[in-house]
Amino acid sequence: MLQSISTPTAQPPLALQIRGLVKRFDRPAVDHLDLAVRVGEFYALVGPNGAGKTTTLRVIVGLLRPDAGAIHVKGIDALADPVEAKRLMAWISDEPMIYDKLTPREYLEFVAGLWQIKPALAAANAEELLDWLGLSAHADERCESFSRGMRQKVALAGALVHDPRVIILDEPLTGLDAGSARQVKNVLRERVNAGGTVIMTTHILEVAERMADRIGVIAHGRLVAEGTLEELRRLAGTGAPNRNNGTDGADSGASLEDTFLALTAEPAEAA
Amino acid sequence: MIRPGAMLWFARHESRLAWRDWLSMMTAGKPERVRRVAVGFAGFVILMHGVAYAVVGRFAAAPLDKHLLIGITATLLLSWFLMVSQAMESMTRAFYSRSDLDLILASPVVTYKIFAVRISTVALTAAAMALPLAAPFVDMLAVRGGTRWLGAYGVIIGMGAAATALAVALTVALFCIIGAKRTRLVAQIVAAVIGAAFVIGLQMAAILSYGTISRADMLQSAVVLAHTPNVGSIFWWPARAVVGNGMALLGVLATSFLLLAVVIAVVSPRFGDYLLAAAAVRGGQRSRARRLFAFRAASPRGALRRKEWMLLWRDPWLVSQTLMQMLYLVPPAVLLWRGFAAGGGAFNLLVPVLVMAAGQLAGGLAWLTISGEDAPDLIATVPIRQRFILRAKIEAVFAIIALVFAPLVATLAFISPWHALVAAGGIAVAAASATAIQLWFRSQAKRSQFRRRQISSRVATFAEAFSSIGWAATAAVAAMNFWLAVPPALLALAVLGGARFLSPHTPAVAC
Repeated sequence: MLQSISTPTAQPPLALQIRGLVKRFDRPAVDHLDLAVRVGEFYALVGPNGAGKTTTLRVIVGLLRPDAGAIHVKGIDALADPVEAKRLMAWISDEPMIYDKLTPREYLEFVAGLWQIKPALAAANAEELLDWLGLSAHADERCESFSRGMRQKVALAGALVHDPRVIILDEPLTGLDAGSARQVKNVLRERVNAGGTVIMTTHILEVAERMADRIGVIAHGRLVAEGTLEELRRLAGTGAPNRNNGTDGADSGASLEDTFLALTAEPAEAA
Repeated sequence: MIRPGAMLWFARHESRLAWRDWLSMMTAGKPERVRRVAVGFAGFVILMHGVAYAVVGRFAAAPLDKHLLIGITATLLLSWFLMVSQAMESMTRAFYSRSDLDLILASPVVTYKIFAVRISTVALTAAAMALPLAAPFVDMLAVRGGTRWLGAYGVIIGMGAAATALAVALTVALFCIIGAKRTRLVAQIVAAVIGAAFVIGLQMAAILSYGTISRADMLQSAVVLAHTPNVGSIFWWPARAVVGNGMALLGVLATSFLLLAVVIAVVSPRFGDYLLAAAAVRGGQRSRARRLFAFRAASPRGALRRKEWMLLWRDPWLVSQTLMQMLYLVPPAVLLWRGFAAGGGAFNLLVPVLVMAAGQLAGGLAWLTISGEDAPDLIATVPIRQRFILRAKIEAVFAIIALVFAPLVATLAFISPWHALVAAGGIAVAAASATAIQLWFRSQAKRSQFRRRQISSRVATFAEAFSSIGWAATAAVAAMNFWLAVPPALLALAVLGGARFLSPHTPAVAC
């Protein structure tokens, strides 16, 4: 059962709403998941390996068909009208998939063409992104020689060049060095400040802790807890004791890691 | 017990990897298919023996005269050129694909040993790939003409060694002359050209001399008989070795292995340096000067088409693979050129060649555009209907086919409008069929897996080949009599129907 603490302030409209989402492979990967993310929010989805985080995101962006449930992106039914929903979204997977034989600038031109962005606007967006992400010096080199981090940044630039309203990222910081990770985080924060919505999964709990406005904890395909870091700490404190040091998870010094472990602990372990 | 780091130890390591790689390729990575593959392989061998029994009859007991020596030598040369091509491609891959080379170069072993083993493996592979195709013919020659024909096996092994020696020498020479950066592209193109050179050369000579595309006519002509060395010449040793001359066989084997040994001795100690040079090549070519780049307006379909063409154009390996198919269009083009002066019914041969080439080319291109998508997530999240994405990719394929074949068909139209019409129709249908098959059997893959695309579905591979053959036959018959082409056309349609029936019902890729 979802544990959450409601926020009393006036709510912006929903950027993403998921109801009763089910996706089964051999076993249920996503199991009647409900999720709501508001416009202008930076939402981090955390959970153990195999919890269903990536499957959830892939269903949202239309890469997997759900077995049941409803998905609305800024009010658009993403299952009934996927094209309109996709127009608003951008997706970046943990494995940067770009074309080796294109340069970053050509890649961005291609993506802009797919999203039908006017050339002048696309060119301006591209230059800004290449600059922000430190890719300007390599903008006319083919991507085949790029490191993983550079490829990830090109993929991110591609996702942002069409100015999406909802940015969905699966482990975007994997394989990035500290400098690149900072650049990516800054770009994402900038987007949120400009009114965009970011939903991302991460294994790096510090990232969720520092960047996310709200954090959703997912386990066994279900959202087991949701809220701000403080709210999650309180929730964890009401539940299982901290497994690392035996102290209560509600201690003010408890990190997200402690809270996360308390919230996602198997019943036998937590007991 | 073999000492780790010794030559034999490396040989065992390499053979284990090669065996598992081959097995994985044959079973498409599904170990439970081993029995089925073994049965299929045995069936193929038996079938080929049947075919060979019917084909080799008139050669088995033929007298050892110049006609026979020319025939055997031409066959050996054809195989040898293909072996050189294959070995050269293997060497290029050895230079540029890193795989386990980082581990080897970083280890304290004497690296020349493993490189010597690797070069030897290339030689063995070159021979091993020729053996299953040659064996039925050699066996049937032995059955019908005596065991002396078994000498052919020795010749094939020797040819593998000599072909590898030449391939290694050529690749290293390119490396030294034009540098590591250019060798990658040039070596692949040279390999493709060498592979096709002998067949095309013979066809060209036949066309220019006799106005026919038939190689046999050319080889057995009075001119060739008069200008080739006497029967006792050393030039015929390989052919003599095939028919069981022990001295000739010994000479062929000794020469081949000596060549390979010299190349291994010279190249192996330097191989590590070549690899380091190749590794230092950064692929980051600058495409267009910054100031010249301007974002162009395009519809999503236009952007997709342009992307496909750009990726094809920029991939030297794919270009060389495509070039191989294009090279086979040179003889028909020459035949066409001669046809302006001579005219005549030679175009009945030209039409099926064009149709067959179109089918094969379209199949490869369709795989690249439909299945070989390196950014599938991006394409699947594009805000347009998936059918438009597929349509754009198919348009990209058809545009290339049109670009390649339109000049030939247009030229043909000046000489024989009927043949041009049949060729155009055949090209369109063959290309559409090959593309449809790729569409039905599409499965997500990286473009770099192009060479192994047949593994993902053998049904698709055979369907594509039989469909192209069927439409080529249809066009050939239609060029002479339209109504007689109905039966082969029905057969080609049956192949397509069978492929559709056997294709997976749900596509394995989102787009």
